[in-house]
Order: sequence, then structure tokens, then C-alpha cells
Amino acid sequence: MPTTMTLLPLRDRLAQPVARVPDRTFGIIAGGAALLTMAALLGIAVLLGINSADTFRHFGVLGFVLGTAWDVGSAAFGALPFIAGTMITAGLAMLIAVPVGVLSALYLAEFAPRWLATPLVMLVELIAAIPSVVIGLWGLVVLTPLVRDTVETWVSTTFSGVPFLAGAPVGSDVFTASLLLAIMVTPTIVAVSREVILALPANYREAYIGLGATRWETVVTVVLPSVRAGVLGACILALGRAMGETMAVTMTIGNADRVPTGLFDQGQTIASKIATSFVEASGPEEVGALLGLGLILMVMTLAVGIVARLLVGRSRAAAAS
Amino acid sequence: MSAVAVPAPATVGRVARLVLTRTPRRTLTDRVMRGLTGVATVFILIPLVALVGYVTVNALPWIDLEFLTSGPVDFTRGGALNAILGSLQLIPLATLIAAPLGILGGVFLAEIASPRLANVIRFGTDVMVGLPSVVVGVFCYALLVVPFHGYSAIAGVVALAVIMVPIIARNTEEILRLVPASVREGALALGMPRWRVILTVLVRAGLGGLVTGVVLAVARGAGETAPLLITALGSRLVNVGHLNEPMDTLPTFIYTNSGQPSPVLIGQAWAAALILLLFVLAANIVVRVLTGRRSSGGNNR
Amino acid sequence: MTTDNALVADASPVAKTVAKPAAKPDGEGVLELRNLTAWYGSFAAVRDVSLRIPPRTVTAFIGPSGCGKSTIIRTINRMHETLPGARIDGGVELDGVDLYGSQVDPVQVRRIVGMVFQKPNPFPAMSIFDNVASGPRVLKTIKGKAEIEEAVERSLRRAALWDEVKDKLKKPGTSLSGGQQQRLCIARAIAVEPEVVLMDEPCSALDPIATLRIEELISELQKTYTIVIVTHNMQQASRVSSTTAFFSLGEERAGRLIEAGPTNEIFTSPREQLTEDYVSGRFG
Repeated sequence: MPTTMTLLPLRDRLAQPVARVPDRTFGIIAGGAALLTMAALLGIAVLLGINSADTFRHFGVLGFVLGTAWDVGSAAFGALPFIAGTMITAGLAMLIAVPVGVLSALYLAEFAPRWLATPLVMLVELIAAIPSVVIGLWGLVVLTPLVRDTVETWVSTTFSGVPFLAGAPVGSDVFTASLLLAIMVTPTIVAVSREVILALPANYREAYIGLGATRWETVVTVVLPSVRAGVLGACILALGRAMGETMAVTMTIGNADRVPTGLFDQGQTIASKIATSFVEASGPEEVGALLGLGLILMVMTLAVGIVARLLVGRSRAAAAS
Repeated sequence: MSAVAVPAPATVGRVARLVLTRTPRRTLTDRVMRGLTGVATVFILIPLVALVGYVTVNALPWIDLEFLTSGPVDFTRGGALNAILGSLQLIPLATLIAAPLGILGGVFLAEIASPRLANVIRFGTDVMVGLPSVVVGVFCYALLVVPFHGYSAIAGVVALAVIMVPIIARNTEEILRLVPASVREGALALGMPRWRVILTVLVRAGLGGLVTGVVLAVARGAGETAPLLITALGSRLVNVGHLNEPMDTLPTFIYTNSGQPSPVLIGQAWAAALILLLFVLAANIVVRVLTGRRSSGGNNR
Repeated sequence: MTTDNALVADASPVAKTVAKPAAKPDGEGVLELRNLTAWYGSFAAVRDVSLRIPPRTVTAFIGPSGCGKSTIIRTINRMHETLPGARIDGGVELDGVDLYGSQVDPVQVRRIVGMVFQKPNPFPAMSIFDNVASGPRVLKTIKGKAEIEEAVERSLRRAALWDEVKDKLKKPGTSLSGGQQQRLCIARAIAVEPEVVLMDEPCSALDPIATLRIEELISELQKTYTIVIVTHNMQQASRVSSTTAFFSLGEERAGRLIEAGPTNEIFTSPREQLTEDYVSGRFG
């Protein structure tokens, strides 16, 4: 409308075009950045898949997953020792971390006075921030001999007839690695569970306390049943972290490529196997098999992570409604 | 314990029962169990105290001029200059890549993407946050080490960036969602185009939170070890600026030295651990105290 | 003020393509709503509103809650459509230009039709100065450091805030009191030199003294700007506006314009029974 533009300043202003290019460019750049992470995720799956395809083809998927030997000399590669090591250490860690973590979450959400809860929560969350390799160093130099000379010696002599508990304790074994894992993942359970518990409306509790129930009874009858899904999600989230944790385990598990025969036997997790063997890998076959291990670990943690997110998400949604 | 088992406070009969059966035993159970939750919390904190204590005590004798100014020499002397300078190169470079990408990605999630697209990308980003870092390391090995026939610092930089980006992106998204909608509307109503609304008003409003996210991601990246072992590898040489060659970092230095049968080298590992620990804990504490103060200042939650 | 042609409710719609003759300078900038219906998805929040608002006057929108007053003013600067599923039928013309025409950019509309919101919304983490300067800076309407400083001072003076903040321009905008914050938002809105300023219940979050200051300010601002103010407060409407439009709920819970006219007539001798009931406090 060139005629009105020359006649009237206001119309002129209204008809002024706004440059759209910067807006679009910015949107494209930001979208690109967001998609880059998606691309990395896909890239990881694809690259690991391609590079380990030969391994899976050669041994068969089941053959690789269930194979018990990792022998460079005969080029036999089986993932079972590491899958077993991953599940055993993560499982043992959860046996310790879940009760301790949930109890602590209850304390920090329900019982501790506010002035105490705030710094305690910060301290607990600091544990999660400590680099894995530092925990590993402490585990290797301090915890390993300590555990070997106390708990392990006592248990293995006292229960020498019991399978899984017998054997000469070495310190660098499944038990110590699991202990470190428990230390590392408990903060996750505490933080997420506490958040879920705090999201619970206060009137839930008050009604029951008003009836004469003690605080603990209220927690058991009202709080815990309401937050079950969320706390379970927190635990599974921690399980996922325990399965993927690398350095602390690598430095304390003893690095033996076999399915552990007992609590005080040495072993290897998928993550620790990759960390210790990658650089010294004998050739493309072993590298392919190690990448195959990476793919298995990715699938395992992915499955666990999705379950955890669904549970925590549902619990949060329930608390919000 | 029969009263504890009452499932729901629904009927008058049950109410009466609960009130009437308030026994010393129930009070005791309450005390014991509440005490137990406190004990559990103390239990969790013991390793933190023990670890920080051990690292400090074991490290202090080894932190001296030689440790800070010399690379590895032999089993009896030397320092961690290679690792210190390596970390000082890798971490800033990775941050330089990860911070803009992560913040832009978070901006896209919070402000630009349609809800459906945002859900898909958020899911993928969350998966990346939860992915074991060693898997990211293996990915960067296949992506950057194999094709270029050699371990390199740049592969380590990329691995760290891949780990940091999703953390920063999700944090950015959550921070931007905390900016009240009225602020967004106020900026739009001034006639700002969307990108200026975001960069001039929203990012500025959430700047403290965004910096927090980046710092936490840096702290996380600084401690990563496994992905670096299979990308940047580590090196006994002081490497400044040669990104196509292996490079040491504090975490890989700690790992390498921890396996050596030499009290000197293990002492150096403790010293390196203390430096790393101080950096990571300081970053976390500062950031948490600052953000804690801000949220208790009555911002939005 | 010529009250006879100042405002005509239910004006017969004029074909939008007809170019109007160039208005005289003092008649420039008439705001006209034509058969305006605002939708949220399939729900019409307000239906078929036609209204002519003369330039440089204060027009108050009154009516019970939920009758679409706020929705209507958000259509005038095209903020309505920023909500998901929100759209309009009909049109809004400013100075004869269809604000929803294909040639007109909504971002440009918002530069010319400013808005002040119900709750003061100064930009967080920005100083008082930067809050006011943000518009001119981003829009590049004013260039140069000295010119921007001048514009900030001018806007703050016009918003009757200058004397209170001139010594603390570097302080955060959020550090001001509620009433000062709202005047800061007014200063921010007028710093980009709009023609129209929309105010969506600007005093509902303020105390009586702060409210009085804003009301005085509105009377002052109408010399320069066309002001449309939504208010729940009928006394406020009668104090600040020269014309009043009364909205109420119609069929299907959609708001509609009952009648509009000179404020004193609406409050003393309304044509519609519904209006009389409302202004006399019998409902709403």
C-alpha cells in the first residue's frame, strides 16, 4: 500500500515489515542444537551396532550374550561374565542402598528439623558429585585392605562351609566394588525419594496424626503406600547408575574375566571391562566385541532408565493431582 | 503392632481403636524407627567424611612445587603438570562447545519446540543424561579415534561435550520454565521478536540458573575418567595445544598412578585427587548455596 | 470532546477492502473493532463485538468476570493468538489498517499497540533504566547512548515515576513497590512510542494510593495516547474514562458487548436494563 504509506505516518508504521530472518535463523540454530543430542543418541546406537555387527554375526546374539569365555588367544568372546558381574554388583549395591537410602529420605523429608535437613541434603547430594575415580582411589587404597582384613576375613572363616561366602578374601572383589557402588548411588535414592515424599500434600498426614497415630505409623500407613511408585522409580534410577558406573568398580573389582563364584571372588562388569581392555585390545575382533559389550550396556541402562522415569513421572503426576 | 497395621483411617470404630491402643510399645516403636532413619542418614555421610579426610591427609605431603611444575619423571619423583595442564585445556574447550549448544538446546525445548516435538527431544536428552559415560567414550572412540588412527585430546573434548550438553540443556529448559509467563508476555507485548524475547529478557532473567547449570556440568565433566581413557588416553608428556595427540587429565592421572607399585606415584594420585575434589566440591557447594539462597528468597517455588 | 460521534456501538460493518480517505491529523488513529469474535479452540470467549474508539481518549471496558473483556483487549495487540488454539473472526482496524491483514506483522502491531498487564511484570534481573530502555534498544527505534538516556527519562517522567527513581536507575526494577513497578511497566510500554496503550486491570494488584496515582497518570497519558482500560472497578471506570463499554455473558457463556457510550450516560441513564442492573450493583 504505497499510497497510504506516504500519506499517513501511522499507517506507514503499521505496514512496516518486521525482519523474519533472525527469528527463523535463531529457531533453526536452537533446533539444531537440540537435535544434536538426539543425533548423538542415534549415532551411539548406530556406531556401536555397526562396529559390533561382526561380533554378533560371528557368535550369534545369544551366543555372545551367553558366552562365558573371553579368550583373546582363541578369539572366543562371550559377554556373560561381564553381564553377570554388572548385575551382581549392581544388585548387591541395591541391597545396601535401598534400605539405607529410603530410611534416610524419610528422615530428611519427615522427621529432621528444617534447619538440619537443608545442610544434610546438600551433604548427601555432594557425595553424588565426587568423581568416580576419587572414590575408586579411596576404595583401592583404603577400603580394600580394610574390608579384606575385617569383614571378609571374619565372614569367610565363620561361614567357611557356606557357598558364595567361602574363599580366601582378597579385598579387590565383588563385595568391595558393590560397597563402593552402594555409597555412590545412595544419594540418588535419597534425593529423588525425598522429593517424591515432599510432593505429598500435608493433609494426607495430618488426618492420620489427628487420629492419634504416631509419626512413624503415619509414615508406614499413609506416606509410604502413597509414594511407592516414586520411591521404586528412584531405586531403579539408582540401579541404572550402578550398572553404568565405571571407575570405582574398575579399581576395586579385581578385573577377572569370569563369572564370579562368590561374594569375595574377583570379577568384571561391562563398564570395567571396557575401561581396562579397550586400550590394550588385541585387534579388531576384540574391539568389536568390546563395542558389542558397550551396546549391551546401553540397552540395559536404557531399559532400566525408561522404567524408572515412567515410575517417577507417574508418582509426581499423582502427587500433583 | 496391630494398630500400625490398620490400613485406612476410615471408620469411627477404627478411630476409637487407634486412640485407645496408644501404648508405650507404640511410642517406643515410633522412637526407635525415627531414630533409625537418622542413623541411616549418618551412615550415608560417614563415607563422605572419611573420603574427604583421607584424601586431604594423604595428599597434603605430596603437594609441592615439583608436583605442580613437573611432569612424570620416574618412580621416585615428578609431578602432575601434564595432567593439570591437560585438564585446564580439555575442560574449557569442552565447556566452550557444550555451554552454547546445551543452552540453545534448552531454549529450543522450553520456548520454541511444539509440545510434541519437545517431548520427543526431552526424552532423548534424558536418555543421554542417564547413559553411562563409558558408552559415550566408546562412541567417540568409534567416531574419532578409529577413523583418524589415534587417540587424541580432541576426541576427549568431544566426549566430555557430549556428556555435558544434555545436562546443560535440561537445566536450561527447567530454568526458563521458572521464568513467569507474565515476563514473556511483557516482552512480546513490547513488540520484540521471539528471539529477542528469549535472548534479551528470558535468558537474562534466568542467567543465574543457567550459569549454575553450566558450572555443575563442568564439575561433572572435570571428574569424568572412563570416556577419557579411551579417547584422550592420557600421556606422560606435557601436551599444550596439540589436540590431535593424546593428553593427560587429572582423572586419568589418578587412575594411572593408582595402579603403580610406588608410594610416590600413589601419593601423587592422592594429591591430584585432592585438587580435583576441591574443584568439584567447591563448584557444587558455591552453586548450591547461591541457588538455595535464591529459591528461599521467594522466587517461584 | 465530541460525544455524539465518539463511540458508536454495533457500528455497521464496512468492507475491509474499502480504503478510507485520509483522516485529518486529529482524527488519525481511530481504533475500530468489527464483528470481532475471539476463540479459544472451539469456545468463543467473546462474540461479535463492534466498537469504534476515537483516538486520544480513555475507553473503559467493564462487566462481570469471564465476559471476555481481557480477551478483547488482547486481540487488539494480537497477544490473544500467542496462546495455543486462540484465534479470531472479524477484524480490528487502526487508522483504517486491518491489524489482521496479511501485510501486517503481529510483532509490528505490538510496537504500536502497547500493553500494561494486570500484575506488574518488570523484567527480572534488569535495572530500572534497562527495563525502560529494553524496548527502544531491541527495536532500534532510538539509537545512541544519549538519545536512549533521554528517552528513558522522558518515559519515566510521563509515567510520573522519574522523581522517585532518578537516583536509583541502576537498581533492579523488581526492587520497587507494586505501584512503582506498574508505573515502570507503563514507562516501558510508552518508551517505544506506541499509539494505543491497552491496560488490563492495571490497578487490581495495587493499594488505593498507588491506584490513585495510576488513575491520575491515565488522565495525563490520554493527551498523547489512545487508552483502553479493562477494569472491575466501576468507580475507576467513571473516574478515568470518557467512554465506557459494558460487556456481559451471552449465549453459550460467550461474552458480548451490551452497550457502549459516554461514561456519564452509561452510569446514569443506560439504554439497556442489563447495564443498569450491573452499574447499580444488582448483579455482577
